[in-house]
Amino acid sequence: MRAVAVVGASLAGLSAARSLRKQGYDGRLVVIGDERHRPYDRPPLSKEFLAGTLDEADLALEADDEELGAEWLLGTRAAGLDRGERVVRLADGRKVRVDGLVIATGAAARRLPGAEGLAGVHVLRTLDDARALRDELARGGRLVVIGGGFIGAEVASTAHALGLDVTVVEAAPTPLAGPLGAAMGGIVSALHTDHGVRLLCGVGVKGLSGGEHIRRGARGSVDAVLLEDGRSIPADIVVVGVGARPCVEWLEGSGVELDNGVKCGADGRTSLAGVVAVGDCANWYDPRAGAHRRVEHWTGARERPDAAVATLLAGGAVEPGAPRPPYFWSDQYGVKIQFAGHAAGADSVAVEEGAVDDRNVLAVYRRAGEPVAVLGMNQPRLFTRWRKRLAAATS
Amino acid sequence: MKIPVCRLADLPRGEAFRLDIDPPVSVFHTDDGEIFAIDDTCTHQDASLADGWLEGCEVECPLHASKFDLRTGAVDAPPAKRPVRTHEVVVEDGVIHVRVSTDAPNLPPCLAARLTGGSA
Ligand SMILES: Cc1cc2nc3c(=O)[nH]c(=O)nc-3n(C[C@H](O)[C@H](O)[C@H](O)COP(=O)(O)OP(=O)(O)OC[C@H]3O[C@@H](n4cnc5c(N)ncnc54)[C@H](O)[C@@H]3O)c2cc1C
Ligand code: FES
Repeated sequence: MRAVAVVGASLAGLSAARSLRKQGYDGRLVVIGDERHRPYDRPPLSKEFLAGTLDEADLALEADDEELGAEWLLGTRAAGLDRGERVVRLADGRKVRVDGLVIATGAAARRLPGAEGLAGVHVLRTLDDARALRDELARGGRLVVIGGGFIGAEVASTAHALGLDVTVVEAAPTPLAGPLGAAMGGIVSALHTDHGVRLLCGVGVKGLSGGEHIRRGARGSVDAVLLEDGRSIPADIVVVGVGARPCVEWLEGSGVELDNGVKCGADGRTSLAGVVAVGDCANWYDPRAGAHRRVEHWTGARERPDAAVATLLAGGAVEPGAPRPPYFWSDQYGVKIQFAGHAAGADSVAVEEGAVDDRNVLAVYRRAGEPVAVLGMNQPRLFTRWRKRLAAATS
Repeated sequence: MKIPVCRLADLPRGEAFRLDIDPPVSVFHTDDGEIFAIDDTCTHQDASLADGWLEGCEVECPLHASKFDLRTGAVDAPPAKRPVRTHEVVVEDGVIHVRVSTDAPNLPPCLAARLTGGSA
């Protein structure tokens, strides 16, 4: 293999480039990314960076002296993959010939239809998004967060600490019920009300209002969030945190099978030889779950490229080791939330340590008596032990 | 300065003991029976490495999974970027002691700011 391109210059792409060099690949390495920035870390965007306690330099993922011997094509979008010629086409018309390809294009924030052009409405996925939101939060006022998932909850927590008046609107009856199950979703999302942040559940958003005071040359601003039950929640700033969709449109028609992202095996291989996928855009086969799972968490984007690169360099001739159970963390209202495994397969969940009222909990999810997932709130030590046990039990 | 930590018999293999000095130091007893001492605080954020995942001669940070080599303090991959200090370990009369390094510690930005009276 003489030329490998990595498309997507964020955590999964950088990790893949590192894995390539670590695993001995010494050919041409091209990293293509549509953001102008060098790879940076996203988790602080909803936390320390938004709060102003970390600055942009702290977000860098590369070490100061790091030299991967890669050609970086930044600010350039991949627009297509031509399988016959093995060419990645760029939006600016350039072409990159490759023998191997790592797809690491991540996911993009979902937006609210009808919100285009209204000032004060934000999503949070990129550094540019975070800068804009940070500047706006600094002016204070009433913030409405649409979506009670992790990003929405973190923004609510950070904005609350900054002194804003915050309301969270969630369409489902319980926030976080998807990843955590209803019982634990209820306990974690109670952090909002503990801190005086309003949480409205089980009600959808009909639309946004605003823009009546459009001055010449200025865009109109949002002034309220309209709920499906007829209520109108006044807002100076709105953050839309309704999930992300995998960035894979550029692969349509390429022969790479797409199904909720890039469909791939437990080792990252796709339906095309010489092409692997990693990170938030990859819908990996998870042998533990017996199903494909697109896991949108930091640790997977950091660790799985090792396996995918091994597959790429070996031409698919390696047996994948069992991946560790998916793991993620979140920080809300000063509480460290950690989760590993799959809650969906559980038939019970029990708090084994700590007290729900103190928001200090170690909870174990089981199926037929066997642990399948674990949740910690401010329990890093016990959580790590359980996470290790979970990895050993199901590998 | 040589500081007594705990009795060797009280620190089983696979376990860590945190010494609450400032900044805290942790002593690890590996599954192979070796003993190492490093700064307890991760260089990325405020996490205690004694709470981490010990495997071989490495400890994985309990929060964001950067791994530190207990022998050298080196870190493998982000989010942490700087190594932790290592300290000399001496076992005398069944008691583990550490001789704390005189190098400056690599504290995470959130703590370093606090120590220097910053605003973070
Ligand atoms: C605000 C925020 C907070 C988070 N907090 C946590 C947390 O606390 N804990 C946790 O576990 N996870 C967290 N995550 C999730 C974690 O950041 C992601 O899982 C991780 O960033 C995924 O990395 P990735 O490289 O796969 O994708 P991404 O980081 O999305 O990167 C993909 C890159 O590819 C680029 N790209 C897309 N299409 C193209 C194209 N056609 N051509 C070229 N480039 C392209 C994108 O611009 C982007 O730079 C958070 C995410 C966000 C947004
Ligand atoms: S706190 Fe240790 S890796 Fe983040």
